[in-house]
This record gives sequence, structure tokens and C-alpha cells, in this order.
Amino acid sequence: MADIAQTAPDRPDGLKGIAADWASDQRAFKSVSWGKAMMWIFLLSDTFVFGCFLLSYMTARMSTTVSWPNSSEVFALHMFGADIPLILIAIMTFVLISSSGTMAMAVNFAYRRNRRMTVILMLFTALMGATFVGMQAFEWTKLIQEGVRPWGNPWGAAQFGSSFFMITGFHGTHVTIGVIFLLIVARKVWRGDYDRGQRGFFTSRRGDYEHVEIMGLYWHFVDLVWVFIFAFFYLW
Amino acid sequence: MVEVTPHANNAVPAAEVADVELYHPKSWWTTYVFSQDAKVIAIQYSGTAIAIGMVALVLSWLMRLQLGFPGTFDFITPEAYYQFITMHGMIMVIYLLTALFLGGFGNYLIPLMVGARDMVFPYANMLSYWIYLLAVLVLIASFFAPGGPTGAGWTLYPPQAILSGTPGGQAWGIVLMLVSLILFIIGFTMGGLNYVVTVLQGRARGMTLMRMPLTVWGIFTATVMALLAFPALFVACVMMLFDRLLGTSFFMPALVELGQQLEYGGGSPILFQHLFWFFGHPEVYIVALPAFGIVSDLISTHARKNIFGYRMMVWAIVIIGALSFVVWAHHMYVSGMHPWFGFFFATTTLIIAVPTALKVYNWVLTLWRGDIHLTLPMLFALAFIVTFVNGGLTGLFLGNVVVDVPLSDTMFVVAHFHMVMGVAPILVIFGAIYHWYPKITGRMLNEAMGQFHFWVTFLGAYAIFFPMHYVGLVGVPRRYPDIGGTSFIPDSVHTLNAFITVAALVVGFAQLVFLFNLFWSLKFGRDAGGNPWRATSLEWQTPTTPPPHGNWGDTLPVVYRWAYDYSVPGAPEDFIAQNDPGPQTGHVAGPA
Repeated sequence: MADIAQTAPDRPDGLKGIAADWASDQRAFKSVSWGKAMMWIFLLSDTFVFGCFLLSYMTARMSTTVSWPNSSEVFALHMFGADIPLILIAIMTFVLISSSGTMAMAVNFAYRRNRRMTVILMLFTALMGATFVGMQAFEWTKLIQEGVRPWGNPWGAAQFGSSFFMITGFHGTHVTIGVIFLLIVARKVWRGDYDRGQRGFFTSRRGDYEHVEIMGLYWHFVDLVWVFIFAFFYLW
Repeated sequence: MVEVTPHANNAVPAAEVADVELYHPKSWWTTYVFSQDAKVIAIQYSGTAIAIGMVALVLSWLMRLQLGFPGTFDFITPEAYYQFITMHGMIMVIYLLTALFLGGFGNYLIPLMVGARDMVFPYANMLSYWIYLLAVLVLIASFFAPGGPTGAGWTLYPPQAILSGTPGGQAWGIVLMLVSLILFIIGFTMGGLNYVVTVLQGRARGMTLMRMPLTVWGIFTATVMALLAFPALFVACVMMLFDRLLGTSFFMPALVELGQQLEYGGGSPILFQHLFWFFGHPEVYIVALPAFGIVSDLISTHARKNIFGYRMMVWAIVIIGALSFVVWAHHMYVSGMHPWFGFFFATTTLIIAVPTALKVYNWVLTLWRGDIHLTLPMLFALAFIVTFVNGGLTGLFLGNVVVDVPLSDTMFVVAHFHMVMGVAPILVIFGAIYHWYPKITGRMLNEAMGQFHFWVTFLGAYAIFFPMHYVGLVGVPRRYPDIGGTSFIPDSVHTLNAFITVAALVVGFAQLVFLFNLFWSLKFGRDAGGNPWRATSLEWQTPTTPPPHGNWGDTLPVVYRWAYDYSVPGAPEDFIAQNDPGPQTGHVAGPA
């Protein structure tokens, strides 16, 4: 082996060096586990799904001949004797972004093997996620009661309701799936599965505290997508 | 996490990567049916894809019977003809070619060629196949649903796709088609993530990216593209499903049907076209890139010569993959978009000719002064080069706006894409099956039946599609079940249509010989041994043939060189396997 080692070329500089690093032995990303790499690539693909949804919505909004409902009026709540625009959405956004913070703390505690704090923070994250979905259900109910349907609404372009239900519904599904998996992973942390390397029920792979971080990647992604939905659907 | 040496040449003794843990099946069911072994999944994928492909083949016969002998067959109504066209196109492009190249060859070859024990997530990989099977069953179900399958054309353009005038538009057909596509995309994503992560993170020691066989490069790049392109189709399917079932108007403008104003209004049919072709054009290369990769390996192995310009070949694959995301609107020159867009998309389209032509030159230069063995895989590879060049040249016509506009929606387009993404990839699939069948089964396919199959398929495909260019050039539109006595169409077109139909029937029957060969050789084929083609890449170096569960026995292979050390001067044999540490010839490193 030694003679082969001597023939090893020096690492080139600049762009060629980057290409050489990428193309190097065994792993393109040296310290990244398979699970984490898979989650990143899945999120890249999912980004394209949400990107297409949002671009389609923007196309519909720009090309429709009927005027678009005013979102600050539609998404206003009558509270304390005044119409407060976007108040519910602001609270929802606050809750979801905060849940990203608790998720990040959970990942930290997981790597310190502090099971108790990890579980508490993950449950708190899941609770905030569920709160978000609950508020979304409230928002849907309110709009449906006011006459918004996928095929039309009282205020303007029919595509308003279609896009609204489709995009927030798709995002809400993501949050719901996230909450379910948060609970599953939290249960595994609580039981100490990751300390013992307990095998997964379906996959028969050994558990690892990194799963908390991979779960976190998904959760942060769902939050990040919400920021774009918030900006492009509610604020525009 | 394992420590990994930064330099490929500092090869160290084989060691298991920390993440490797295989599921070891305990029963017959988990060994052969619900198997998590990529090789079994590959065979399941391939078998399902070929079976559904046969359905699409029969549909093409029925269409040709109508076109060749219009009015002879009462059961082929115009509606039925549209249904045949739609299902033929969709099945061939998605459920056969995509599934066979990525799900079939991807699953079988990626772990073996990069020296892995299996895909990185075998369980998700298994789910991928079963969801694919479900998608196929939903698609098949539409044949038996009330109203039959959709007849919207494989592009499913709205608004007609969901109107009552289109077969299946207001019945089950279009719904089942959209649901099936959504399922396919979900299933594919599970498999696709596996293929990408296995190539990026699961390789054997010494297997740098620039030592991988081009087959893996092709499948890898195509899978990355599919993961980015299928989302557009997914979104388009979801939105059209809502238009059809919930009454939304994403793609539906205000329109009058049979004197009645419909409820729809304000949607954009062009939006669907953009979404569809943002998926649809990369899809062409999702099918073509694995074919490019495989054909490179077939040519190098059977010409006993290293591939010419390996590095260029890799970069060409990557560049083609990237460029194919910015050309989609060349399918929409006649959709009424701004002429400047046409200019932009024509330019990007023609730029793709550069890396593509580079690949063709490199294949030819690999053959040049090689020791060409006219084996069956080599014959199919040569046929591919010729066919691909032919199809590519007509692509130059259709890529230019001014030439495309009169040719749009004629049989010329049909001839073009059948040559370039129908016949050409299928020829590679055949070549690949003849090449790897010995590894999969341990037996060679029968040579005589193979020769018959090759010549009938190759010459027959030209008998079908060469005349079709002429038929298109004189202006015969596509998707017309009966061109009748239209005055501008000369008699020669009718004669040629009958000729094409006969050729199509003959070529179709030749495929039955191929299928028979697959089963016959399983029992009666010549014993192949472990490496019948004397090939270098890792899949031929497994301890037993067919490869066992886990592929490599006790120790993983260590890779010392690229996959193309054929006819190295001074070497004892005319090939040096990738896991062969010596002799020192100066070629050891290959491209670093």
C-alpha cells in the first residue's frame, strides 16, 4: 500500500480543489451521515415543490383579470372593538418561529445526552406546532364561514381561495407530519432507545441521537417555508 | 463516523463504514417479495416496467392498425384512439423508461458499481417499489373504469384534459391518471434519495467520484434531475386534480362548452404547460443520461479500450443535466409566448448540442482503433449511436423557432422524439440487459435469438420511423386517427402508413422473442462464470455470481483505479479490475 500512497497527488488550489474535495474518496461530505444527507436532499426536492406552488400562485394572481382580495382586510380579526389586520397570522408566525428555537435547543440537549430536557423541549416544539395547526384550522373555519370556497369567494378572484387552501393546506400537512414525528422521536428519546442503539421497528437500523437533529432539519425547513408563504401570500 | 483519508490513492484496508447495517431476511416473504435487497428490488422494478411496457406496445399496434388501415377495425373509434395515444405515451416515458433506468438499472448497478453492500436506506427503497407498483395498478385500473382511460394526450394539456369532450375528462380516466402520477412521484422520491445518497456517501474505499463508471454518473445525474423536475409535475397534477374535483380554476379559463358557460374562469392553461415542460424536458434527459452512461461502458468494455476523454464525458453529463432545466419552453413555441422567449430558449436548446456532440465524438473515438467485439451489447451500443445522431439532427430542426412552427404537431415531431428518446434509450436497455443478464442470473442469453432480436429491432425501427419523417414533412398532423381524403396529402403517405404499420407489427413480435429468450436462457443458457465480458468494473468482481445478499462477502472491495483499464501495455491480461492493486503501470491512478 505504501507505494500507492506515495503517488498521491497534491490537492490543487481554487475551483479544482473544490471539485477534488467533492470527488474524493468514499464520501463527498466527510462528516455527514447518510440520514442527514438524505434529509438535506429531500428538503432540496421539497423546496422545488413549494417553489412551484408559490410560483403558480403568483402567476395566477398576476394574470387574473378580476381584482385580488385585500389580504389585510380578509385576514383581519375583530378584537377589542377594532379590526386588527393579520393579527392571527402574526401570532401563528410567532409561534412557529419560536418552535424553531425550542427545536434547536432540543438538538443541543440531545447531543449532551440530557434526555429529560430533550424530551421536554421536543414536546414543547410539538405543542407549538399543534397550536399552529389549530390556529390554521380556526382561520380556515372563519374564512369558510365568510363564504370562501376553492371555487370562489365574495371579494374577488376565485384563485384567491384556491391558492389559499392549497398552499396553506400543503404546508399545514407538513407541520402535522412534523408534529407526529416529533412525538415519535421524543418517545424514543424518553425510553432511552438512542442510548441503547435500539433498532427501528421498520428499518431495523440502530437509533442514534443524530435523529433528533435530522428531525430538527425538517422542522426548520417547514418554518422557513412558512416565512415565504407569509411574505408572498399574506404581506403581498 | 469513520475517518476517511482525503486522497483516494492513500487506499487503506477495507473497513465497514459505520452506517452499514443490513436487514437480513428471515423468511421466504422477506427474501423474495418484501425484500430490502436492492438487487431484488431492481428485478421487481424491471419486471413491472417491462410488463406495463408490453401493454404500451400493444397500444401502439392498435394505433398503427388504425393509421395504416383506417376504418378496418370498428372498435378503434376516435375516442379509443386518443386513449391509446395517451396511455402509450405516458406508460412508455414514465412507467417504462424512467422506472426501468432508475428503479431497475439504478438499483442493481449503483451499489455493485460503487462497492456498497446495498442502498443506504433499504427499507425506503423497498417502499419505493411498492408505491410504484400501486401507481401502475391505479393506471391499469383506468382501463376498466367507467369511461375508460384519459384521452387527453400524454401532455394532459388543460383545458381539454378535464372537459367532457375528451375521453375520461369528466369520468374516472383523468383522475386515475393524475393520482397514479402523484403516487409514482412519491415512490420515485423514496428510491431517488437512496440512489443519490448511495453515490455521494456510500462508496467503497478508493472509489472517488472520478473513478466511478460512467453508468453510475449517468444514473446519478439523472436521479438528481428527477428529484428537482418531478416536483413541477407533482404540483401540476395536484392543481389539475383540484380543477377537476373541487372546481378550482388554476388552469381553466372562462369557456363555453356545447353552448353552456362553464363555472370555470380566470385560470391559465399556459401555466400548466410551463409546469409540465419544466418537468417534461429534464425528463428527456432523465431517460437519456443513464443511456449515455451505460452505452459508454458497453463500448469501452466490448472495444477493449479505455473510454476516450473520461473527464470530459463526466462534465458533459453534468452540463447536459444543468442545461436541460433552462430549455423547457422549446416545447411551447406555438403557445403564443413572446418571440424573445423563443429566441432565448432556441439558443439554450442549441447549446445542448455541444456537450451532446462531444459525447458522440468520444464514443466514436473510443471505438477508433479499438479491438471491437461485435457482441450483442456492442451491436446495440453501435445502433444507439447511429440512432441518437439521427434523432439529434432532427432536433436541430425542431429547436429553431422558424423551422419548428410549420413542423409543430406533425408526424415529423413524432418521428423525432421516437428516434431520440424512444428507440435510442430502448436500444441501450436491450444492450444493457444482454450485458448484465449474465451477472444477474449466472447464464448468458441465447446468441441466436439475440441476433435475430437485434437485427429485426434495429432495422425495423428505421423502417417505422424514417418514413414517418417524410409523412410529417408533407404536413400530416399527429394525433389524427384518420387523415381521410385530405387533398394536400399525397397517396404515397397512405402507402407508407400501411408499410409503417406492418413494420411496427413485425418489430413488436420480435420483442416476444426477446422475452422468450429471457426465460429460456434462465434454464438453458450457457454458463456465464463471474466475468464473461472480462470487464473491469466492480460488479463483475463479486465473490459469487449472482451476487449474494450484501454483495461482497466478508470484506468490501478496495478500489485502486478507474473503470477503464483495458489493454494496458505490460499488463498480463487485457483488462485490470478496479479492485486489482497491481501491476504498477503508470495508469494506476487513472484520473485522480
